[in-house]
Amino acid sequence: MNNTDTQTLPNGIPQIKSQPIEKVSIIISRGSLEGVYPGLIMANGARMEGIEATLFFTFFGLEAITNNKMDNLKVATVGNPAMHIPTLVGGLPGMSAFATRKMKQQMEELDIPPVREFIEMIHDSGADIYACKASVDMFRLTKEDFCPQVADIISVGQFYELSEKAQIIFT
Amino acid sequence: MSTATIAQKTIEVDQEGFMKDHTQWNEDIARELAKLEGIDELTDRHWKIIRLMRKEYDEKGDGPSIRRLTKESGVPIKELYQLFPKGPAKKAAKIAGIPKPTGCI
Repeated sequence: MNNTDTQTLPNGIPQIKSQPIEKVSIIISRGSLEGVYPGLIMANGARMEGIEATLFFTFFGLEAITNNKMDNLKVATVGNPAMHIPTLVGGLPGMSAFATRKMKQQMEELDIPPVREFIEMIHDSGADIYACKASVDMFRLTKEDFCPQVADIISVGQFYELSEKAQIIFT
Repeated sequence: MSTATIAQKTIEVDQEGFMKDHTQWNEDIARELAKLEGIDELTDRHWKIIRLMRKEYDEKGDGPSIRRLTKESGVPIKELYQLFPKGPAKKAAKIAGIPKPTGCI
């Protein structure tokens, strides 16, 4: 097993020579269940790989860190062709709740935690969690409205400063 | 496929250094692999996680997710990251002599 990307230590253990990603900044801008999870999974996955991770919640993404909202995020059943539900049917009362229940069941089977637990996990794994100042002001929220894992409310400028040398991922 | 000599034993490893055959593993190998990962001494807490990794792999054919690891062991996530810096599930799997866990969580 010898190619240019690997070298072998004297004891025979191969070492991969590459330039791995060392830091990511993930922006979560949506507030639906399916809008929030990809960013959370990527943040947790980054920490599992030893990659530094910063999470920045903006616009409706703030729902995922707002104490009285984060346990009740819903799947959007209207305007999403991949749900394969006709728009008018998707708009019927209870459809979103039904789809949400199904998705939560499936996620639990896959060992994907609920939003609050996931945020705690990601925080405890060493990622930093921030809320976007412009959005916080727009929705008239304060730091007290957020779960305790939120480190601070920061401006876009501060976000870019914190993202030095990071790959920025927008979701 | 490569082989490595760890604790006077020849073991088969994959490209990233995960053992190919977990039955070749023993505690001396674990101590040596841990040193290669920058963990000089394996404490009781480390062993608890390593044994759990092997048990899960024996039962399910894959290493546990971080969530399972913390729930089953009772070791909090923060501590997991202290015990196995830079990625507990991956590092603990390597030291436990099982393949890299395939789950995303």
